[in-house]
Amino acid sequence: MKIQNSHIGVLAVQGAFIEHEHMLQSLGVETFEIRQKKDLNQPMDGLILPGGESTVMGKLLWELGMMDTIREKIESGLPVFGTCAGLILLAEKIADEETSHIATMPVKVRRNAYGRQLGSFHGEADMKGIGCIPMTFIRAPYIESCENGVEVLAEVDGRIVAARYKNQLGIAFHPEVTKDTRVHEYFLKMVRKIQQKDLLNQESA
Amino acid sequence: MAENRYELNKELAQMLKGGVIMDVTTPEQARIAQEAGACAVMALERIPADIRAAGGVSRMSDPKMIKGIQEAVTIPVMAKCRIGHFVEAQILEAIEIDYIDESEVLSPADDVFHIDKTKFQVPFVCGAKDLGEALRRINEGASMIRTKGEPGTGDVVQAVRHMRKMNQEIARLVSMREDELFQAAKELQVPYELVLYVHENGKLPVVNFAAGGVATPADAALMMQLGAEGVFVGSGIFKSGDPAKRASAIVKAVTNYTDAKMIAELSEDLGEAMVGINEQEISLLMAERGK
Repeated sequence: MKIQNSHIGVLAVQGAFIEHEHMLQSLGVETFEIRQKKDLNQPMDGLILPGGESTVMGKLLWELGMMDTIREKIESGLPVFGTCAGLILLAEKIADEETSHIATMPVKVRRNAYGRQLGSFHGEADMKGIGCIPMTFIRAPYIESCENGVEVLAEVDGRIVAARYKNQLGIAFHPEVTKDTRVHEYFLKMVRKIQQKDLLNQESA
Repeated sequence: MAENRYELNKELAQMLKGGVIMDVTTPEQARIAQEAGACAVMALERIPADIRAAGGVSRMSDPKMIKGIQEAVTIPVMAKCRIGHFVEAQILEAIEIDYIDESEVLSPADDVFHIDKTKFQVPFVCGAKDLGEALRRINEGASMIRTKGEPGTGDVVQAVRHMRKMNQEIARLVSMREDELFQAAKELQVPYELVLYVHENGKLPVVNFAAGGVATPADAALMMQLGAEGVFVGSGIFKSGDPAKRASAIVKAVTNYTDAKMIAELSEDLGEAMVGINEQEISLLMAERGK
Protein backbone atom coordinates (compact mmCIF):
# COMPACT_ATOMS: atom_id res chain seq x y z
CA MET A 1 0.00 0.00 0.00
CA LYS A 2 1.30 3.43 -0.90
CA ILE A 3 1.65 5.86 1.98
CA GLN A 4 -0.23 9.08 1.36
CA ASN A 5 1.06 12.44 2.55
CA SER A 6 0.34 12.89 6.22
CA HIS A 7 -2.53 15.13 7.31
CA ILE A 8 -2.02 16.31 10.84
CA GLY A 9 -4.88 17.75 12.87
CA VAL A 10 -3.98 20.40 15.44
CA LEU A 11 -6.38 20.97 18.32
CA ALA A 12 -7.10 24.69 18.06
CA VAL A 13 -9.58 25.43 20.84
CA GLN A 14 -7.07 27.51 22.83
CA GLY A 15 -3.32 27.96 23.21
CA ALA A 16 -0.21 27.96 21.05
CA PHE A 17 -1.55 25.91 18.14
CA ILE A 18 -0.37 28.18 15.32
CA GLU A 19 3.25 27.58 16.36
CA HIS A 20 2.75 23.83 15.79
CA GLU A 21 1.11 24.45 12.43
CA HIS A 22 3.98 26.65 11.28
CA MET A 23 6.53 24.09 12.37
CA LEU A 24 4.75 21.23 10.58
CA GLN A 25 4.26 23.35 7.47
CA SER A 26 8.00 24.13 7.47
CA LEU A 27 8.50 20.36 7.32
CA GLY A 28 6.20 20.13 4.31
CA VAL A 29 3.29 18.54 6.16
CA GLU A 30 -0.34 19.48 5.64
CA THR A 31 -2.21 20.60 8.75
CA PHE A 32 -5.75 21.49 9.67
CA GLU A 33 -7.29 23.05 12.76
CA ILE A 34 -9.74 21.27 15.02
CA ARG A 35 -12.08 23.78 16.61
CA GLN A 36 -15.34 21.83 16.72
CA LYS A 37 -16.78 18.38 16.24
CA LYS A 38 -17.22 18.48 12.47
CA ASP A 39 -13.49 19.17 12.05
CA LEU A 40 -12.88 15.61 13.29
CA ASN A 41 -14.55 14.15 10.21
CA GLN A 42 -11.56 14.90 7.99
CA PRO A 43 -8.97 12.21 7.29
CA MET A 44 -6.36 12.52 10.04
CA ASP A 45 -3.06 10.66 10.28
CA GLY A 46 -1.88 12.33 13.45
CA LEU A 47 -3.12 14.71 16.13
CA ILE A 48 -1.33 17.45 18.02
CA LEU A 49 -2.52 18.69 21.40
CA PRO A 50 -0.74 22.02 21.92
CA GLY A 51 0.32 24.06 24.93
CA GLY A 52 -2.16 26.38 26.56
CA GLU A 53 -4.38 25.92 29.58
CA SER A 54 -5.41 22.30 30.08
CA THR A 55 -8.50 23.29 32.11
CA VAL A 56 -9.76 25.36 29.17
CA MET A 57 -9.00 22.77 26.53
CA GLY A 58 -10.41 19.91 28.59
CA LYS A 59 -13.63 21.78 29.21
CA LEU A 60 -14.00 22.77 25.55
CA LEU A 61 -13.35 19.19 24.40
CA TRP A 62 -16.34 18.11 26.48
CA GLU A 63 -18.64 20.99 25.74
CA LEU A 64 -17.97 21.05 22.01
CA GLY A 65 -18.69 17.31 21.93
CA MET A 66 -15.23 16.17 20.86
CA MET A 67 -13.94 14.26 23.88
CA ASP A 68 -15.33 10.80 23.12
CA THR A 69 -14.36 10.88 19.45
CA ILE A 70 -10.81 11.96 20.18
CA ARG A 71 -10.42 9.34 22.90
CA GLU A 72 -11.73 6.60 20.62
CA LYS A 73 -9.40 7.65 17.82
CA ILE A 74 -6.38 7.60 20.13
CA GLU A 75 -7.38 4.27 21.61
CA SER A 76 -7.69 2.79 18.16
CA GLY A 77 -4.16 3.85 17.28
CA LEU A 78 -4.20 7.46 16.03
CA PRO A 79 -0.71 8.90 16.65
CA VAL A 80 -0.98 11.80 19.09
CA PHE A 81 1.58 14.31 20.31
CA GLY A 82 0.86 16.46 23.38
CA THR A 83 3.04 19.33 24.55
CA CYS A 84 2.68 20.75 28.09
CA ALA A 85 -1.10 21.19 28.45
CA GLY A 86 -1.42 18.54 25.73
CA LEU A 87 0.48 16.09 27.93
CA ILE A 88 -1.89 16.90 30.80
CA LEU A 89 -4.86 16.19 28.53
CA LEU A 90 -3.40 12.78 27.70
CA ALA A 91 -2.47 11.76 31.26
CA GLU A 92 -4.59 9.16 32.97
CA LYS A 93 -3.99 10.78 36.34
CA ILE A 94 -3.32 14.35 37.47
CA ALA A 95 -1.69 14.74 40.90
CA ASP A 96 -3.96 16.33 43.54
CA GLU A 97 -6.89 16.47 41.14
CA GLU A 98 -9.81 14.11 40.99
CA THR A 99 -10.59 14.42 37.33
CA SER A 100 -8.57 13.86 34.20
CA HIS A 101 -9.28 14.68 30.56
CA ILE A 102 -8.65 12.37 27.59
CA ALA A 103 -6.82 10.01 29.96
CA THR A 104 -5.39 7.57 27.45
CA MET A 105 -1.74 7.64 28.54
CA PRO A 106 -0.92 5.66 31.71
CA VAL A 107 1.13 8.34 33.41
CA LYS A 108 0.56 10.61 36.38
CA VAL A 109 1.43 14.27 35.80
CA ARG A 110 1.81 17.14 38.21
CA ARG A 111 0.51 20.48 36.92
CA ASN A 112 2.44 23.72 37.46
CA ALA A 113 5.14 21.46 38.87
CA TYR A 114 7.80 24.15 38.76
CA GLY A 115 5.58 26.81 40.34
CA ARG A 116 4.34 30.03 38.84
CA GLN A 117 5.78 32.00 35.92
CA LEU A 118 8.94 32.84 37.90
CA GLY A 119 9.66 29.10 37.86
CA SER A 120 9.54 28.89 34.04
CA PHE A 121 12.91 28.13 32.45
CA HIS A 122 14.89 27.21 29.37
CA GLY A 123 17.17 24.22 29.43
CA GLU A 124 18.54 21.44 27.30
CA ALA A 125 18.75 17.73 27.73
CA ASP A 126 19.03 14.49 25.80
CA MET A 127 15.90 13.02 24.34
CA LYS A 128 16.11 9.34 23.45
CA GLY A 129 16.23 8.80 19.70
CA ILE A 130 16.95 12.48 19.01
CA GLY A 131 19.94 13.76 20.99
CA CYS A 132 20.42 16.95 22.94
CA ILE A 133 17.57 19.41 22.34
CA PRO A 134 16.58 22.84 23.71
CA MET A 135 13.64 22.67 26.11
CA THR A 136 11.30 25.50 27.04
CA PHE A 137 9.27 24.99 30.22
CA ILE A 138 6.38 27.44 30.75
CA ARG A 139 4.49 26.88 34.01
CA ALA A 140 5.21 23.32 33.03
CA PRO A 141 4.08 19.96 34.35
CA TYR A 142 6.28 16.91 34.72
CA ILE A 143 5.51 13.22 34.78
CA GLU A 144 5.54 11.95 38.34
CA SER A 145 5.12 8.28 37.57
CA CYS A 146 4.61 5.93 34.65
CA GLU A 147 2.96 2.56 34.40
CA ASN A 148 4.35 -0.43 32.53
CA GLY A 149 4.69 0.00 28.83
CA VAL A 150 5.57 3.69 29.03
CA GLU A 151 8.99 4.50 27.66
CA VAL A 152 10.76 7.43 29.32
CA LEU A 153 12.40 9.57 26.62
CA ALA A 154 13.87 12.48 28.58
CA GLU A 155 14.54 13.61 32.11
CA VAL A 156 15.58 16.97 33.52
CA ASP A 157 16.90 17.11 37.11
CA GLY A 158 15.57 13.62 37.72
CA ARG A 159 12.04 14.50 36.56
CA ILE A 160 10.46 12.82 33.55
CA VAL A 161 9.68 15.42 30.89
CA ALA A 162 9.10 13.26 27.81
CA ALA A 163 7.57 9.83 27.41
CA ARG A 164 5.98 7.59 24.87
CA TYR A 165 3.26 4.99 25.22
CA LYS A 166 2.51 3.14 21.98
CA ASN A 167 1.02 5.75 19.63
CA GLN A 168 1.14 8.54 22.22
CA LEU A 169 3.98 11.01 22.68
CA GLY A 170 3.76 13.38 25.64
CA ILE A 171 6.27 16.04 26.56
CA ALA A 172 6.28 18.72 29.25
CA PHE A 173 8.11 21.38 27.22
CA HIS A 174 7.49 23.40 24.05
CA PRO A 175 9.57 22.54 20.97
CA GLU A 176 7.05 24.55 18.90
CA VAL A 177 8.37 27.85 20.29
CA THR A 178 11.97 27.00 19.37
CA LYS A 179 13.53 26.69 15.93
CA ASP A 180 14.46 23.05 16.52
CA THR A 181 12.21 20.78 14.47
CA ARG A 182 13.56 17.44 15.64
CA VAL A 183 10.81 16.51 18.11
CA HIS A 184 8.20 17.17 15.42
CA GLU A 185 10.23 15.09 12.98
CA TYR A 186 10.31 12.32 15.59
CA PHE A 187 6.51 12.49 15.81
CA LEU A 188 6.16 12.47 12.02
CA LYS A 189 8.29 9.30 11.95
CA MET A 190 5.86 7.76 14.44
CA VAL A 191 2.98 8.82 12.21
CA ARG A 192 4.52 7.29 9.09
CA LYS A 193 5.44 4.08 10.87
CA ILE A 194 1.93 3.74 12.19
CA GLN A 195 0.51 4.57 8.75
CA GLN A 196 2.67 1.73 7.41
CA LYS A 197 1.87 -0.77 10.12
CA ASP A 198 -1.69 0.29 10.69
CA LEU A 199 -3.16 -3.18 10.91
CA LEU A 200 -0.36 -4.58 13.02
CA ASN A 201 -0.67 -1.72 15.45
CA GLN A 202 -4.39 -2.25 15.90
CA GLU A 203 -3.76 -5.85 16.84
CA SER A 204 -1.24 -4.95 19.54
CA ALA A 205 -3.35 -2.08 20.93
CA MET B 1 16.33 41.27 32.98
CA ALA B 2 18.07 38.49 31.11
CA GLU B 3 17.11 37.98 27.48
CA ASN B 4 16.12 34.46 28.41
CA ARG B 5 13.53 35.67 30.94
CA TYR B 6 11.95 38.03 28.39
CA GLU B 7 11.60 35.15 25.94
CA LEU B 8 9.94 32.99 28.61
CA ASN B 9 7.57 35.84 29.41
CA LYS B 10 6.60 36.31 25.76
CA GLU B 11 6.13 32.55 25.54
CA LEU B 12 3.67 32.52 28.45
CA ALA B 13 1.57 35.04 26.50
CA GLN B 14 1.69 32.68 23.52
CA MET B 15 0.15 29.96 25.68
CA LEU B 16 -2.76 32.28 26.57
CA LYS B 17 -3.71 32.88 22.94
CA GLY B 18 -7.17 31.96 21.81
CA GLY B 19 -8.32 32.38 25.37
CA VAL B 20 -10.31 34.71 27.61
CA ILE B 21 -8.79 36.49 30.61
CA MET B 22 -11.43 37.49 33.13
CA ASP B 23 -11.49 40.17 35.84
CA VAL B 24 -12.32 38.73 39.25
CA THR B 25 -12.57 40.31 42.68
CA THR B 26 -12.94 37.28 44.97
CA PRO B 27 -11.69 33.68 45.14
CA GLU B 28 -15.26 32.57 44.47
CA GLN B 29 -15.43 34.59 41.25
CA ALA B 30 -11.99 33.25 40.29
CA ARG B 31 -13.29 29.69 40.63
CA ILE B 32 -16.37 30.52 38.55
CA ALA B 33 -14.11 32.04 35.89
CA GLN B 34 -11.81 29.01 35.84
CA GLU B 35 -14.73 26.62 35.61
CA ALA B 36 -16.20 28.67 32.78
CA GLY B 37 -12.96 28.27 30.83
CA ALA B 38 -10.90 31.40 31.55
CA CYS B 39 -7.26 30.92 30.50
CA ALA B 40 -6.17 33.36 33.22
CA VAL B 41 -7.77 35.70 35.74
CA MET B 42 -7.06 39.31 36.59
CA ALA B 43 -7.29 39.81 40.33
CA LEU B 44 -8.53 43.25 41.34
CA GLU B 45 -10.49 44.77 44.19
CA ARG B 46 -13.03 46.50 42.05
CA ILE B 47 -13.91 45.87 38.44
CA PRO B 48 -13.51 48.83 36.10
CA ALA B 49 -17.24 49.66 36.03
CA ASP B 50 -17.20 50.09 39.81
CA ILE B 51 -13.93 52.03 39.75
CA ARG B 52 -15.57 54.34 37.26
CA ALA B 53 -18.69 54.68 39.41
CA ALA B 54 -16.82 55.21 42.68
CA GLY B 55 -14.35 57.76 41.32
CA GLY B 56 -11.35 58.78 43.42
CA VAL B 57 -7.86 57.32 43.30
CA SER B 58 -7.69 53.69 42.33
CA ARG B 59 -4.64 51.64 43.38
CA MET B 60 -3.11 48.18 43.31
CA SER B 61 -5.22 45.59 45.15
CA ASP B 62 -4.48 44.27 48.63
CA PRO B 63 -1.81 41.55 48.24
CA LYS B 64 -3.77 39.34 50.64
CA MET B 65 -6.77 39.43 48.36
CA ILE B 66 -4.56 38.58 45.36
CA LYS B 67 -3.00 35.67 47.27
CA GLY B 68 -6.45 34.36 48.08
CA ILE B 69 -7.17 34.23 44.36
CA GLN B 70 -3.79 32.61 43.61
CA GLU B 71 -4.73 29.85 46.05
CA ALA B 72 -8.20 29.40 44.58
CA VAL B 73 -7.20 28.60 40.99
CA THR B 74 -4.56 26.70 39.00
CA ILE B 75 -4.59 29.00 35.95
CA PRO B 76 -2.27 32.04 35.72
CA VAL B 77 -3.17 34.99 37.94
CA MET B 78 -2.55 38.55 36.78
CA ALA B 79 -2.90 41.78 38.73
CA LYS B 80 -2.81 45.48 37.96
CA CYS B 81 -0.43 48.17 39.13
CA ARG B 82 -0.67 51.88 38.39
CA ILE B 83 1.15 53.30 35.38
CA GLY B 84 4.64 54.26 36.49
CA HIS B 85 4.26 52.79 40.00
CA PHE B 86 7.26 50.51 40.02
CA VAL B 87 6.97 49.77 43.72
CA GLU B 88 3.48 48.34 43.27
CA ALA B 89 5.05 46.24 40.51
CA GLN B 90 7.83 45.14 42.88
CA ILE B 91 5.19 44.06 45.39
CA LEU B 92 3.33 42.06 42.75
CA GLU B 93 6.59 40.41 41.73
CA ALA B 94 7.31 39.60 45.38
CA ILE B 95 4.05 37.65 45.64
CA GLU B 96 4.96 35.81 42.42
CA ILE B 97 2.18 37.09 40.23
CA ASP B 98 2.18 35.47 36.78
CA TYR B 99 1.61 38.70 34.85
CA ILE B 100 1.48 42.38 35.82
CA ASP B 101 -0.90 44.68 33.97
CA GLU B 102 0.51 48.22 34.08
CA SER B 103 -2.96 49.56 33.64
CA GLU B 104 -4.69 52.78 32.75
CA VAL B 105 -7.73 51.45 34.64
CA LEU B 106 -6.01 52.48 37.87
CA SER B 107 -5.04 56.08 38.57
CA PRO B 108 -1.63 56.80 37.02
CA ALA B 109 1.18 57.26 39.55
CA ASP B 110 3.44 58.98 37.04
CA ASP B 111 2.24 61.23 34.24
CA VAL B 112 5.53 61.07 32.31
CA PHE B 113 7.28 57.76 32.80
CA HIS B 114 6.08 54.20 32.51
CA ILE B 115 7.73 51.46 34.55
CA ASP B 116 11.09 50.23 33.25
CA LYS B 117 9.79 46.71 32.79
CA THR B 118 13.17 45.36 31.74
CA LYS B 119 14.14 45.47 35.44
CA PHE B 120 11.63 42.79 36.36
CA GLN B 121 11.60 39.01 36.18
CA VAL B 122 7.81 38.73 35.93
CA PRO B 123 6.07 39.62 32.67
CA PHE B 124 4.06 42.75 31.93
CA VAL B 125 1.07 43.38 29.72
CA CYS B 126 0.29 46.99 28.75
CA GLY B 127 -2.55 48.73 26.99
CA ALA B 128 -2.14 50.55 23.68
CA LYS B 129 -4.46 52.43 21.37
CA ASP B 130 -2.11 52.60 18.40
CA LEU B 131 1.10 51.08 17.08
CA GLY B 132 3.35 53.76 18.58
CA GLU B 133 2.04 53.13 22.09
CA ALA B 134 2.34 49.38 21.61
CA LEU B 135 5.96 49.53 20.42
CA ARG B 136 6.95 52.02 23.12
CA ARG B 137 5.59 49.68 25.78
CA ILE B 138 7.41 46.74 24.18
CA ASN B 139 10.60 48.78 24.14
CA GLU B 140 10.13 49.35 27.88
CA GLY B 141 9.90 45.59 28.36
CA ALA B 142 6.22 44.64 27.96
CA SER B 143 5.91 41.05 26.77
CA MET B 144 2.23 41.28 25.84
CA ILE B 145 -0.02 44.06 24.51
CA ARG B 146 -3.76 44.61 24.73
CA THR B 147 -5.94 47.31 23.25
CA LYS B 148 -6.97 49.87 25.81
CA GLY B 149 -10.58 50.05 24.70
CA GLU B 150 -12.57 51.94 27.29
CA PRO B 151 -12.72 49.89 30.49
CA GLY B 152 -15.89 49.56 32.50
CA THR B 153 -18.23 50.85 29.82
CA GLY B 154 -19.51 47.72 28.11
CA ASP B 155 -19.03 49.77 24.93
CA VAL B 156 -16.80 48.00 22.44
CA VAL B 157 -16.35 50.97 20.09
CA GLN B 158 -12.96 52.04 21.41
CA ALA B 159 -11.45 48.55 21.45
CA VAL B 160 -12.54 48.27 17.81
CA ARG B 161 -11.05 51.65 17.02
CA HIS B 162 -7.73 50.77 18.69
CA MET B 163 -7.46 47.37 17.02
CA ARG B 164 -8.24 48.78 13.58
CA LYS B 165 -5.81 51.63 14.06
CA MET B 166 -3.03 49.25 15.06
CA ASN B 167 -3.73 46.97 12.10
CA GLN B 168 -3.75 49.92 9.68
CA GLU B 169 -0.45 51.19 11.02
CA ILE B 170 1.09 47.72 10.84
CA ALA B 171 -0.07 47.39 7.22
CA ARG B 172 1.45 50.78 6.47
CA LEU B 173 4.83 49.73 7.87
CA VAL B 174 4.71 46.49 5.90
CA SER B 175 4.07 48.38 2.66
CA MET B 176 6.94 50.85 3.18
CA ARG B 177 10.26 50.75 1.40
CA GLU B 178 13.08 49.83 3.78
CA ASP B 179 14.67 53.26 3.49
CA GLU B 180 11.43 54.80 4.78
CA LEU B 181 11.50 52.83 8.01
CA PHE B 182 14.00 55.16 9.69
CA GLN B 183 11.58 58.06 9.42
CA ALA B 184 8.73 55.82 10.61
CA ALA B 185 10.77 54.91 13.70
CA LYS B 186 11.24 58.61 14.39
CA GLU B 187 7.53 59.32 14.05
CA LEU B 188 6.54 56.39 16.25
CA GLN B 189 9.26 57.31 18.81
CA VAL B 190 10.59 53.77 18.91
CA PRO B 191 13.86 52.04 17.96
CA TYR B 192 14.41 51.14 14.32
CA GLU B 193 14.75 47.42 15.18
CA LEU B 194 11.15 47.23 16.39
CA VAL B 195 9.89 48.97 13.27
CA LEU B 196 11.94 46.62 11.11
CA TYR B 197 10.44 43.62 12.93
CA VAL B 198 6.90 44.81 12.20
CA HIS B 199 7.85 45.58 8.58
CA GLU B 200 9.21 42.07 8.07
CA ASN B 201 6.64 40.09 10.05
CA GLY B 202 3.43 42.08 9.64
CA LYS B 203 2.67 41.79 13.34
CA LEU B 204 3.77 42.95 16.76
CA PRO B 205 6.74 41.09 18.25
CA VAL B 206 4.49 40.05 21.16
CA VAL B 207 0.98 38.65 21.56
CA ASN B 208 -1.83 41.20 21.15
CA PHE B 209 -5.18 40.80 22.97
CA ALA B 210 -8.34 42.90 22.86
CA ALA B 211 -9.59 44.61 26.00
CA GLY B 212 -11.94 47.30 27.20
CA GLY B 213 -15.67 47.18 26.66
CA VAL B 214 -16.18 43.55 25.61
CA ALA B 215 -19.56 42.44 27.01
CA THR B 216 -21.06 39.75 24.77
CA PRO B 217 -19.95 36.64 22.82
CA ALA B 218 -20.50 38.69 19.67
CA ASP B 219 -18.19 41.46 20.95
CA ALA B 220 -15.48 38.89 21.67
CA ALA B 221 -15.83 37.26 18.25
CA LEU B 222 -15.78 40.70 16.61
CA MET B 223 -12.42 41.46 18.23
CA MET B 224 -11.06 38.06 17.18
CA GLN B 225 -12.17 38.60 13.58
CA LEU B 226 -10.45 41.98 13.68
CA GLY B 227 -7.20 40.19 14.52
CA ALA B 228 -7.02 39.98 18.32
CA GLU B 229 -5.20 36.88 19.54
CA GLY B 230 -7.41 36.60 22.62
CA VAL B 231 -9.72 38.71 24.77
CA PHE B 232 -9.80 40.31 28.20
CA VAL B 233 -13.26 40.63 29.69
CA GLY B 234 -13.47 42.94 32.66
CA SER B 235 -16.78 44.21 33.92
CA GLY B 236 -18.70 42.37 31.19
CA ILE B 237 -18.96 39.12 33.11
CA PHE B 238 -19.55 39.78 36.78
CA LYS B 239 -21.71 42.85 36.05
CA SER B 240 -24.10 40.70 34.05
CA GLY B 241 -27.15 38.68 35.09
CA ASP B 242 -25.68 35.17 34.77
CA PRO B 243 -21.86 35.41 34.99
CA ALA B 244 -21.04 31.68 34.68
CA LYS B 245 -23.17 31.23 31.59
CA ARG B 246 -22.00 34.42 29.92
CA ALA B 247 -18.35 33.64 30.69
CA SER B 248 -18.64 30.17 29.24
CA ALA B 249 -20.38 31.51 26.12
CA ILE B 250 -17.66 34.12 25.56
CA VAL B 251 -14.97 31.42 25.86
CA LYS B 252 -16.63 29.31 23.17
CA ALA B 253 -17.23 32.33 20.95
CA VAL B 254 -13.51 33.10 21.05
CA THR B 255 -12.66 29.52 20.02
CA ASN B 256 -15.14 29.45 17.15
CA TYR B 257 -15.16 33.13 16.32
CA THR B 258 -16.05 32.68 12.65
CA ASP B 259 -18.95 30.27 13.21
CA ALA B 260 -21.96 32.60 13.26
CA LYS B 261 -24.38 29.75 13.78
CA MET B 262 -22.63 28.65 16.93
CA ILE B 263 -22.30 32.21 18.21
CA ALA B 264 -26.04 32.67 17.62
CA GLU B 265 -26.74 29.68 19.87
CA LEU B 266 -24.24 30.90 22.45
CA SER B 267 -25.90 34.30 22.53
CA GLU B 268 -29.32 32.89 23.52
CA ASP B 269 -30.70 33.30 27.03
CA LEU B 270 -27.63 34.87 28.57
CA GLY B 271 -29.73 37.04 30.83
CA GLU B 272 -29.04 40.69 31.24
CA ALA B 273 -25.80 42.10 29.85
CA MET B 274 -23.98 44.71 31.86
CA VAL B 275 -25.48 48.15 31.61
CA GLY B 276 -23.46 49.98 28.99
CA ILE B 277 -22.30 53.57 29.05
CA ASN B 278 -21.67 55.24 25.70
CA GLU B 279 -18.35 56.99 25.26
CA GLN B 280 -20.12 60.36 24.88
CA GLU B 281 -21.68 59.90 28.31
CA ILE B 282 -18.46 59.55 30.27
CA SER B 283 -16.22 62.29 31.47
CA LEU B 284 -13.16 60.16 32.24
CA LEU B 285 -11.41 58.56 29.27
CA MET B 286 -9.06 55.98 30.79
CA ALA B 287 -7.57 55.27 27.36
CA GLU B 288 -5.99 58.73 27.41
CA ARG B 289 -3.82 57.72 30.37
CA GLY B 290 -0.24 56.68 29.53
CA LYS B 291 0.92 57.30 25.97
